[in-house]
Amino acid sequence: MEEPRIGVFICHCGTNIAGTVDIDEVREFASGLSGVVAALDYKFTCSEPGQLQIKETVEKERLNRVVVAACSPRMHEITFRKAVAEVGLNPYLLQIANIREQCSWVHKDGNTEKAKALIHAAVQRANLLEALERREVPVTPSVLIIGAGIAGIQAALNIADSNHKVYLVEREPSIGGRMIQLDKTFPTLDCSSCILTPKMAAVGSHPNIELMTYSELEEVSGYIGNFKVKVKKKPRYIDAELCNGCGICIEKCPWKADSEFDMGLGKRKAVYTPFPQAVPNVPVIDRETCVYFEKGTCKACEKFCPTGAIAWDQEEETVELEVGAIIVATGYDLFDPSPLTQYGYGRLDNVLTSLEFERMCSATGPTGGELVLKDGSPPQSVAIIHCVASRDKNYCEYCSRVCCMYALKYSHLIGEKTDADVYQLYIDMRCYGKGFEEFYQRLSDEGVNFIRGKVAQVTDQAVSDEEKGKLVVVTEDTLLGRMVRIPADMVILCPAMVPRADADEMAKRLLLSRGADGFFLEKHPKLEPVATVTDGVFVVGCAQGPKDVPDTVAQASAGAAEALSLIDRGKVEIEAATAVVDEELCSGCKVCLALCPYNAITFDEEKTVAEISDILCKGCGVCVAACPAAAITGRHFTDKQIVAEIEGLLADVKPPLVAV
Amino acid sequence: MVSGNHEPTIIGFLCNWCAYQGADLAGTSRMQYPANVRPVRVMCTGRIDPTFILKAFAEGADGVLVGGCHPGDCHYLEGNYKTIRRITMVRRMLEQFGIEPERFRLEWVSASEGARWAKICKEMTEQVKALGPLQWWENVREA
Repeated sequence: MEEPRIGVFICHCGTNIAGTVDIDEVREFASGLSGVVAALDYKFTCSEPGQLQIKETVEKERLNRVVVAACSPRMHEITFRKAVAEVGLNPYLLQIANIREQCSWVHKDGNTEKAKALIHAAVQRANLLEALERREVPVTPSVLIIGAGIAGIQAALNIADSNHKVYLVEREPSIGGRMIQLDKTFPTLDCSSCILTPKMAAVGSHPNIELMTYSELEEVSGYIGNFKVKVKKKPRYIDAELCNGCGICIEKCPWKADSEFDMGLGKRKAVYTPFPQAVPNVPVIDRETCVYFEKGTCKACEKFCPTGAIAWDQEEETVELEVGAIIVATGYDLFDPSPLTQYGYGRLDNVLTSLEFERMCSATGPTGGELVLKDGSPPQSVAIIHCVASRDKNYCEYCSRVCCMYALKYSHLIGEKTDADVYQLYIDMRCYGKGFEEFYQRLSDEGVNFIRGKVAQVTDQAVSDEEKGKLVVVTEDTLLGRMVRIPADMVILCPAMVPRADADEMAKRLLLSRGADGFFLEKHPKLEPVATVTDGVFVVGCAQGPKDVPDTVAQASAGAAEALSLIDRGKVEIEAATAVVDEELCSGCKVCLALCPYNAITFDEEKTVAEISDILCKGCGVCVAACPAAAITGRHFTDKQIVAEIEGLLADVKPPLVAV
Repeated sequence: MVSGNHEPTIIGFLCNWCAYQGADLAGTSRMQYPANVRPVRVMCTGRIDPTFILKAFAEGADGVLVGGCHPGDCHYLEGNYKTIRRITMVRRMLEQFGIEPERFRLEWVSASEGARWAKICKEMTEQVKALGPLQWWENVREA
């Protein structure tokens, strides 16, 4: 190996680093380290002139290793790798010392000493770095989108319109997601289905979209640009090719169950489409409810089907797909408010969740759009309780972002449909979006009663004649500073938006991280809002966190753009920091074989040695640490490099290894 | 026995995907903690060879902290489970070397747990400071 000639570049990051680290002292220290031929500092090393300083020094001093002491490698490693590559240095000969996120920003004392230790470690490691070559592999030019709510629909149309293949997987019998359950959308009061169904129809008929409803993601393998996906198609028991969507089977079916789409407020048949505008307009037979599956008789649907589309012998099917990118648009669940027993949900009649209320308002809903109490009469007064489980340390600390606005929308809808008094019980009104404040003003003018306070209780225990036969909402009015009791006929709860119940399994399948709130975590909260830690997998819509329709649509298009930019480039570089077996040292013990989570290690029976596939290996290094013969090298994280780093970190500490 | 104002040095092995990101988040959020923990980034805690831990103590570290993804959340599916198994062995080895068990910690820190990382670093520093400098030779001789 050639003699290392290392350059150390120390970034001030304005005052972010220089404010708490003595740059001059650190630079002096670095210049004295073994292998270092140049140590320089600059105000912003990531800036154009900062990068130029590196490039010029590489050329002038014939540097063959570069250490940048700046922010986290997760911020600018790519920037500096590109910079050194431009002057002919292999990008793997760059080492970052993270003296900002894990030093200057987090300590009151000892920052300069720690920065010195981190740079010492980086220099020690840089001495041993080796050039690695990245391999290019072709990209499959298609995209898988998981979830066909408004986010998935928008992303699918964006990608399909650019002439790329999209596989859109939805677990429900129809696309549409949460948005199609809504009646109106705030603050414009657009009819939700009026604006969504044209997009749904476009998805259904798009030649570049392969729609897979009533289907679920089963397994994902592969890597960026080359994912292999297994999708489980549940049997519909109806042949989609033959079905013409006439709906006679639904009409004739004598068996009923609670409608999931109507949040259990209405009924649906055993053979059903969730709602009239379903896409595809092909019903499914629910095996649990259909009597034929239980007793072997009935077959009413089959008797009346004019096209002979009923297919009792359909079976679950697994379809294998190859895609270059994956967009996760799995949406959200509504928090089940039953655990907040003080609000009486599930115990008291006429206490509804917001989604239940949406269905009641909808013309296609269980009441045909009429607002009625359980006894069929219209409500005289309605109380809307905000922040149910949201902004509550016991449940969801975060704000669900849409509740204030849809609660205002409800006031308007209730006013349109009834003469009821409406009470908004809020903690803070958060009307931050375009047209939101104006909507709030409009509703204030429409005579809505706003009461500021967190509701203590909803009860049916009357203490006065006025309260008899009503629900009573007990709360402190924090603006008046006294307790109030509000008699109401109907109470609408605005529960938190929470991650899907199976978000955990999805995260495991796609190797996604989840935030403290349980939603999928984006790669960077500001600058990479749709990318994830798994390259080639993007997350959009409420799967990433609560948001309204416009934000969801914008983010979905962002995800589509990211996926397109990936699949359109034709090829992608594969990480070079993989593991490799030294055949001379390998004893053939096979310990590594069982450890590899990606089955990247095979055993060559002839040579009796293990072999690692460059393409399948993801560079975790679990086999490297396990090999008893030290025959496996983890490229870019070799034993020697890591040990050198440890020695560098501890160079200022006296070793205790003094035998007496 | 030296104790009291000894500032311990602790080596932290952090996995790239969870603990290192969590530590970065602590930085971005400007959460303050003592400067005693010095990080080594590895792709996965599964890469941590037990000899790295011993090497850190041999080179003068007063404590070693390993930070990885929560069980079930490993970016490489199950690397952290392998870490759990290896660490069980490491703990026994440390004991035999006369290194107090309080000088070693395995912690799970997710990418969103900046506050947790800061808290662990504070606790670990206090814990190791209380033990004073590592004098494993003395410990072995006494045993």
